[in-house]
Amino acid sequence: MHGHGTYIPQNKALAWFERRLPVLGLLKSSFVDYPTPRNLNYWWTFGGILTVVLMVQIVTGVVLVMHYTPSSADAFDSVEHIMRNVNYGWLLRYIHANGASMFFLAVYVHIFRGLYYGSYKDPREVLWILGVILFLLMMATAFMGYVLPWGQMSFWAATVITNLFSALPFVGEPIVTWLWGGYSVDEPTLKRFFSLHYLLPFVILGVAMLHIWALHVVGQNNPAGIDVKSNKDTVAFTPYATIKDSFALICFFILFAYLVFYLPNYLGHSDNYIPANPLQTPAHIVPEWYFLPFYAILRAIPSKLGGVIAMFASIVVLVFVPWLDTSKVRSARYRPLYKQFFWILLVVCIGLGYLGAKPAEGGYIIAARILTAYYFLHFLVILPLLGFIEKPKPLPSSIAESVLKGKESDPMPAKG
Amino acid sequence: MRLLSVAVLSAVVAGTAATAFAAEPGATPTRMSWSFSGPFGKFDRAQLQRGFQVYKEVCATCHGLKYVAFRNLAQPGGPGFSDAQARVLAAEYQITDGPDSSGEMFERPGRLSDHFPSPAPNDEALRSRFGGALPPDLSIITKARSYESGLIIGLSDFFRQYQEHGADYVHALLTGYEAPPAGAKVAPTQAWNKYFPGHVIAMVKPLEDGRVAYSDGSPQTVDQYARDVSAFLHWAAEPHLEQRKRIGFQVMLFLIVFAGLMYFTKKKVWSQAKDHA
Repeated sequence: MHGHGTYIPQNKALAWFERRLPVLGLLKSSFVDYPTPRNLNYWWTFGGILTVVLMVQIVTGVVLVMHYTPSSADAFDSVEHIMRNVNYGWLLRYIHANGASMFFLAVYVHIFRGLYYGSYKDPREVLWILGVILFLLMMATAFMGYVLPWGQMSFWAATVITNLFSALPFVGEPIVTWLWGGYSVDEPTLKRFFSLHYLLPFVILGVAMLHIWALHVVGQNNPAGIDVKSNKDTVAFTPYATIKDSFALICFFILFAYLVFYLPNYLGHSDNYIPANPLQTPAHIVPEWYFLPFYAILRAIPSKLGGVIAMFASIVVLVFVPWLDTSKVRSARYRPLYKQFFWILLVVCIGLGYLGAKPAEGGYIIAARILTAYYFLHFLVILPLLGFIEKPKPLPSSIAESVLKGKESDPMPAKG
Repeated sequence: MRLLSVAVLSAVVAGTAATAFAAEPGATPTRMSWSFSGPFGKFDRAQLQRGFQVYKEVCATCHGLKYVAFRNLAQPGGPGFSDAQARVLAAEYQITDGPDSSGEMFERPGRLSDHFPSPAPNDEALRSRFGGALPPDLSIITKARSYESGLIIGLSDFFRQYQEHGADYVHALLTGYEAPPAGAKVAPTQAWNKYFPGHVIAMVKPLEDGRVAYSDGSPQTVDQYARDVSAFLHWAAEPHLEQRKRIGFQVMLFLIVFAGLMYFTKKKVWSQAKDHA
């Protein structure tokens, strides 16, 4: 995103405009001529997918707002009104609700891809941290969006999560009262969550632009994890990356459409079709699937404050990954030990997700404690130590060479 | 080593998880074969009409259907009543309207645009009739009820597109009345139900064989009534189900063909990149 482009459009009117605001040149240099490493595999298509899903969420969300009523008396009814009486309202709402899940699915793939290929290492630390901020913003947005239908799970999820702040010493109770706008989750809470749920996606959009900007400054990482050395190592963004991203996006949409049209409530909880009732607590309060690993960590710690700290720490630790990882080699392809620990971490996170859906009792809580301990062990102990213990495999001399060589050692092979 | 460590870790998790105590809310309902399940599922019009009859003659005494309008009964993808039939059905109900020019509320026969009236003026009135228990509105009951199927079946439901847990539950509940076991505390206004969480339910057995007179020769049994009314309530909860699945098929077909074309285009484009290497 440089101010002075060299691009001069053929069309006279466009050329006139370009001299005054070089936006076409910016777009051309960012999304047409931009050189991308030629060995990028399909795990790299999720950045583009995330951008499109954000757009889908904003467009469907803006239309849903035209029919939704943010009040505790009418919210539930207005959602049913959308489902029954608004033209294609059922489609809009099911896209928006499942879109949140698809958003998180894509972001988890995106994050684990970054962890596998060391995309957070020098010089991409700021890019990575912006990503962690985006992830936090997404979590806040999704949580507040889930409250809006004002069903039983909406209400009780809001109660449980806002109550976490009461664990803070001295300031806890006043903060919770302030967040609620009263002495319980009620009308003011719903109204402010609605307001913020509309605001935050645009904050996400802004930070995503910074994220893309930072990406275009330092260039993309790649499966070999080595720097681009010559233009033999790259291909132009258009048509090569555009066509590959588009194909991946269509495949992603197949899964998205499958959920929307055939299993629209598969990822939801049936209790959220019961209107919110402050006098009746559901048998099990469970968050949406994408929060389950964090919910498991929260409940694994015996003290409330400890649980809250552990849960936030599990995300904040990601900010420090660029410095916790002491290895100079980026890609796990050339890190035999790290590769194994990566897969263990993935299994641990899925395991935490499973335990987050189970009641916090007996064996489940013991298992959650073991996995929580391992999660932090991975980032705070294993990752720093590996850089000293591990003997990396020899790196290819260039990206072009790694493309021509066999990829038998790579569990995530490039399909390019 | 990787496989081994994963296996050990999984075994630890599975071992500790298995010892966990899990609360048993009620017996797991039997999965029924519903005409509206699967990618091409459609409602059985005759079944929806019979189910509506069961709702109207039995359930409606205590349960509302507030999100459903009479016009919905004549909409495509529903019970298939004609416009005229829906008008007649609506007119059988008295709707409170108003205030009129003198400020008074008044009663008038229902119109297509009206929703099903509530069985009581308010929830408190309804509660007082049932010893404090509130009969829930049934408009979205089949989406508001479910049951646990476990991890494996739950995951396989994704591929089988199974979403009819709520209808299974309603059918199970209506056919799940049993004599209470010795020692169970059941008040005279309550009943024992195998599938209800906690088993003691404030709704006494609502259906008996022969209670609703079908005109199409279908069996007049509790099981048949339960199937029919569950199907009807599933339509009430998801009135656009048929449209959704129809559009879904078109969208899937389009996306799969599109993905195929994109795949070959991508291959063609990237073959040029290979030449430059």
